[in-house]
Amino acid sequence: MLQLGSVTLMTLCPVALFGIIASFVGGAKRRMGLVRAGERSLLVSFLLLTLAIAILVFQFYTDDFNSSYVAGHSNIDLSPFYKATSLWSGQEGSLLFWNWLLGVYGATVLLVHRKKNRDLMPYVTGIILTAILFFAILNGIVSSPFVPLVSEHGGTTVPFAPQDGRGLNPLLQHPAMAIHPPMLYLGLVGFVVPFAFAMAALLVRSPGSRWIRTTRRWTLFAWCFLSCGVLLGARWAYVELGWGGYWAWDPVENASLMPWLTGTAFLHSVMIQEKKGMMKVWNVALVIATYFLCLFGTFLTRSGVVSSVHAFAQSPIGFYFITFIAIGLALSIWLAYSRREFLAPESGLDSVVSRESSFLFNNLILLAACFAVFWGTIFPVISEAFRGEKISVGPPFFNKINIPIGLFLLFLTGVGPLLAWRKTSMAGLRRNLTWPTAAALVVMIVLLAQGMREFYALICFSLFAFVVAGVLLEFYRGSRVRMSQLGESIVLAVYRLTAKNTRRYGGYIVHIGTALLFAGIAGTAFNSNVRTELLEGESIDIAGYNVRVDHIESDRTPNYEYERAQITLTEDGREIKKLYPERRFYFASEQASSEVEIHTTFSEDIYVVYASHGPNDGAVIQVYHNPLVRWLWVGGMILVGGTIITIFPNQKRREQIGA
Amino acid sequence: MAYTKNRKAIAGIMLILGALIYLGFVGYEESKAYYRTVEEVQSLEPHEMSMRFKVGGDVEEGSIVWNGAGVDFRLIQEDQALVVEYRGSDPVPDTFRDGSQAIVEGTMGSDGVFLAVKIQAKCASKYEAEYDTETHSVSSPASGDA
Repeated sequence: MLQLGSVTLMTLCPVALFGIIASFVGGAKRRMGLVRAGERSLLVSFLLLTLAIAILVFQFYTDDFNSSYVAGHSNIDLSPFYKATSLWSGQEGSLLFWNWLLGVYGATVLLVHRKKNRDLMPYVTGIILTAILFFAILNGIVSSPFVPLVSEHGGTTVPFAPQDGRGLNPLLQHPAMAIHPPMLYLGLVGFVVPFAFAMAALLVRSPGSRWIRTTRRWTLFAWCFLSCGVLLGARWAYVELGWGGYWAWDPVENASLMPWLTGTAFLHSVMIQEKKGMMKVWNVALVIATYFLCLFGTFLTRSGVVSSVHAFAQSPIGFYFITFIAIGLALSIWLAYSRREFLAPESGLDSVVSRESSFLFNNLILLAACFAVFWGTIFPVISEAFRGEKISVGPPFFNKINIPIGLFLLFLTGVGPLLAWRKTSMAGLRRNLTWPTAAALVVMIVLLAQGMREFYALICFSLFAFVVAGVLLEFYRGSRVRMSQLGESIVLAVYRLTAKNTRRYGGYIVHIGTALLFAGIAGTAFNSNVRTELLEGESIDIAGYNVRVDHIESDRTPNYEYERAQITLTEDGREIKKLYPERRFYFASEQASSEVEIHTTFSEDIYVVYASHGPNDGAVIQVYHNPLVRWLWVGGMILVGGTIITIFPNQKRREQIGA
Repeated sequence: MAYTKNRKAIAGIMLILGALIYLGFVGYEESKAYYRTVEEVQSLEPHEMSMRFKVGGDVEEGSIVWNGAGVDFRLIQEDQALVVEYRGSDPVPDTFRDGSQAIVEGTMGSDGVFLAVKIQAKCASKYEAEYDTETHSVSSPASGDA
């Protein structure tokens, strides 16, 4: 099995290399035979990758501990569900999985687009195959998942198969962790499609927005998965890592956020190019940046260049990654520069108060956020290179910059869609902004009256009201016309309105999700926590709740031993529920794991951690009071739902018949 | 006309960027931490005593003492030991244990005890560390789970 896997990966390299040459030469010389050969190479690469994945999965399910990868990431007793997810729990498997997704995207793009974009397709094929070849080289030479486990006896190497594997890291045994990596990878890998089309359009000197229109759905698809991946990562950190938060500005988190920020900027700025023919250079720059930030994120995670809790061990693949990124980036920039005459804007900015300028500011601010995150993440490397001293920056740096950026973005989210293209008149402003502004003011006054004094949170909640009111107003106006002219009910009118212009109204729904998400994040301004040792019968108060330890017990299972507290949570003297926070110690991996318990409502979370065994034989319990966390998850779901709506084609139906 | 519009836009952009750079600088000053070795933090100049440091090493086997407020332990780096008292607000990470690699962040007390407010820990599992190297070999079969 191991040999078959290795051979499969080894075959992939020449196939991909041949495909690259055939595609580029065939494209340049307009030789149909070569172009076809290139496309077939891409399909064959996809099949080879699928075979390699199937072999690895087969090894996991047959407990083939001859394989170093299987022995390191699985054991006999691991549940079948997690055996499948073990596939991407280590570096070698993740690289293979990444490459397989490249194959999936490549093959699908080929099948969907090859009839329409004959001139672009050879280059698109070649560019995707180049990425596949790079990962195939990594997988085949530097970091293969098909390596036998061997041991050395007196200087000779002998195969060595343990009876049982080391097991999957208990921290990774969580449903969110099982779907988070595939989502994230689908997002990160997916940006190869708009990138490949952009480069292909430059190569054939195809002017205009064709590459943008062709890849709009691909970009939304990738962005949707990336958003999901980032949110699920946050969710996993929240319920599994046991420190009461979901975002720590860890390099690995930042690695996934950076392409999301540039990708979001890209989704907005392409609209200006489609509508007004402006910002062409900018869009090419954004798609290049997003694609390489996706790779850079993997580089950060895998190379160990920035120390991080969940970075994989240091390995030589960092060098390969940075080389590939440097060459690819240089070639892309050179290509964009050499084709600059095709990227000249067709018109200019008419007014500062216009849809275009709100997009402009949105882009600027998203890029500033991305740059700040980038700078903060690699600062230890930069400071060492330039000052000879390694200096790291912490959450205060990221928060100080990104909180005002986030609020300004939220403001633009609300105001942008209400501004007209070109120039907005005073009357138009008054008509569109009166209600949202009134909503924002009402919220601010109510919160001030209730004694809230946190500046940023006040602004955030007011802007939340502003965005939601603005979106509701748009839905109301659109559906009112339908209701009065077509006699539709409000539900039907809203549905048809959305179905007829999915892009616009799906986008509004995404904005509602974003506003909820931001409000959820603003809730962290009111977080509090206590940590203390409690003996049986003792209790502690937090935010109107009482947390009482009834009983402490400890026991062992075949997999782990644990200490657990039974806790009664009461609010205003009324018992709400029993919570059982636990601290486990897994034997196979020699690792501890906190199983937190969370009581969650729409307004707040009570998050209870069994921190440790106390010096007086009590339980050291840490309780967090986190307001509005659920808003974040609900906002995220709405954001994803809205994005899915924008991907759907507009429904075309004759209104006269429905009337 | 377009010229003044662009000027307005550029002025707005400059204002925003200026504010962000200022905020970034404030955040940097507040949170910067210098990577130092165990040996270095034990021989600091007086003016360095108030600085924030990050020190990495291995948690000495058997040195961990839990107490209600936090945890005390010794961090070993190339035969040099650093006494660490962790009193941060977050719970100690699950990966923190005897022999794990840890990075502590905090300040140096005048008594030679490092007062940590943050701990990051990474499991240096013997099994993985030894065969996950370039050679993909395990140094002794006994270290496996078999």
